[in-house]
Amino acid sequence: MKRFLGFVKKEFRHIFRDYRTLFILFGIPIAEILIFGYAISMDIKNAGVAILDLSHDEVTEKLSGKILSSGFFKKSADLLSYEEIDQVLKKGKTKAVIVFEEGFGKRLIREGKASLSIIADGSEPNTATLVTNYTTAIVNDFNIEMAGSALNNALKIVPEVRMFYNPELKSYSMFVPGVITLILILVSALMTSVTITREKEFGTMEVLLVSPLKPVQIILGKVTPYFILSFINVLVILAMSWLVFGLPVKGSIILLLVESMLYILMSLSLGILISTVSSTMQQAIFISLVGLMLPTILLSGFIFPIENMPEVYDYLSLIMPPRYFITIIKSIMIKGTGLLYIWKETLVLILMTTVFIGISVRKFKVRLE
Amino acid sequence: MTMKKKVIEVENLVKRFGHFTANDRLSFDVYEGEIFGFLGANGAGKTTAIRILSGLSSPTSGKVKVAGFDAGTQAEMIKRNIGYMCQKFSLYEDLTVRENIALYGGIYGLSRSEITERTAQLLDRLRFREYENKLISDLPLGLKQKLSFAVAVLHEPRIVFLDEPTGGVDPITRRQFWEMIYETAERGITIFVTTHYMDEAEYCDRISIMNDGRIVALDTPSNLKKQYNVSSVEEVFIKIARPAGS
Repeated sequence: MKRFLGFVKKEFRHIFRDYRTLFILFGIPIAEILIFGYAISMDIKNAGVAILDLSHDEVTEKLSGKILSSGFFKKSADLLSYEEIDQVLKKGKTKAVIVFEEGFGKRLIREGKASLSIIADGSEPNTATLVTNYTTAIVNDFNIEMAGSALNNALKIVPEVRMFYNPELKSYSMFVPGVITLILILVSALMTSVTITREKEFGTMEVLLVSPLKPVQIILGKVTPYFILSFINVLVILAMSWLVFGLPVKGSIILLLVESMLYILMSLSLGILISTVSSTMQQAIFISLVGLMLPTILLSGFIFPIENMPEVYDYLSLIMPPRYFITIIKSIMIKGTGLLYIWKETLVLILMTTVFIGISVRKFKVRLE
Repeated sequence: MTMKKKVIEVENLVKRFGHFTANDRLSFDVYEGEIFGFLGANGAGKTTAIRILSGLSSPTSGKVKVAGFDAGTQAEMIKRNIGYMCQKFSLYEDLTVRENIALYGGIYGLSRSEITERTAQLLDRLRFREYENKLISDLPLGLKQKLSFAVAVLHEPRIVFLDEPTGGVDPITRRQFWEMIYETAERGITIFVTTHYMDEAEYCDRISIMNDGRIVALDTPSNLKKQYNVSSVEEVFIKIARPAGS
């Protein structure tokens, strides 16, 4: 055990002395989150909003004034008919159109309820979500103010949100889960395969193999630091996505962390597998990038929805581990579901991990012969 | 000379990979404190034999005992009793001299106090005090190689295997390196060395020459020169060791 700990300590030294490793480990995830985070928070200042007011009464004027004076929006156009909505959205400056139905104010007083439509440009999903969320919040705020002043407490404006062009807003909900999935496979698989092949290339692996350290101890010693650092990475990304995006984890955070550990383990075993088939660092990097990174980005549903892919790619993505983890993490983070709904994906990941470890152990032995 | 105690015993060692026979009925003994040169052209089967002797690979058949342990069944015990330095340089470039020593000391199961004590001895003996906190990557090649050897015998093994330890080093450093080898052998540590430099072969107590998987000559350098009626080991080597395949 003491031998093993000394070995782990050495591995940590390698990591902390190499700025490039440190940068990939922590710089990239933080940069990615910040880039996405700030790109979004800048867009929402002075976002163009068009108003289609079919009622023109006291209430609609008050409400649209409140929306436009919030600082988040700027009026880009006054529309006269529904036909103009598509046109104005297509021009691009307008991110959303707010539609007050005919007789809005009268209906509100007579029936205690009126509806307002927010039609957003779904081709920019992040902006669309923020615009609709902000508008909805302002309308709710307005409801509370009205309830305070009016005699009738039941007055209620119901915002109806509609997305043009991309009704389900795929990529926004995919973003944080996607970054976690990508970063973990990058750190765990790429970095471990590189660190193991580095020892091979420099000849230190031979010295280690001749030493009383068992091969299992060598491999565990090499991957333990990466397991710990990857896990810290998950925590950092989750904390930042919460602070920068305001995106909390809806489901069980413990379940999410356990699933993350499983995925890290899977990635590490993939990294070990890659290191057993490559003899140089370059080879390991190439296999990791082409074999793992690209498919993770393209085929896992991170950027391009699997539903829209040609069938062949859909089947191809079935063998990509990230696809399952993305489903898992998305379910827990965004839908807040429990293990009951994701046990299949979890099982697939466990199976994959077992297979990868099995093959690596065999390969490792063959190489020693 | 009292070098009668055998530390390596090899009898009819055969190693096959499929149909290819890498080691064909090797038999030799190496005695305690001896400097044993293991020569042969590239592809003659030296590396395979060293891997078996150091417990990395097991023989197809034959008896191999290293430090009293069987290479087929007790590889783990062999590993505890040998040191190893390979032709590629084996210290970690991004660790300091002191950290490298501590790492290998730890791997070979030395206690903390032993490591501290031996590190101090080693630094003094090599006059390395001024480098102790320098990264290995900042040292010149000659110093690295010396340190590498010192680290390989840090745990006082019975035998140390040196696989072309002096590749790429200037003649003066090579001479100093061999002085270290002599000192180590005098402490009773057996040296098993492969080399491409024929002048180095002259420094060995005994040498064996391998060709096509077999040992074709094994004796002291002076006896071999007498036997083949030549003036240097290099000429002996050229006479009997054809490169594999030619």
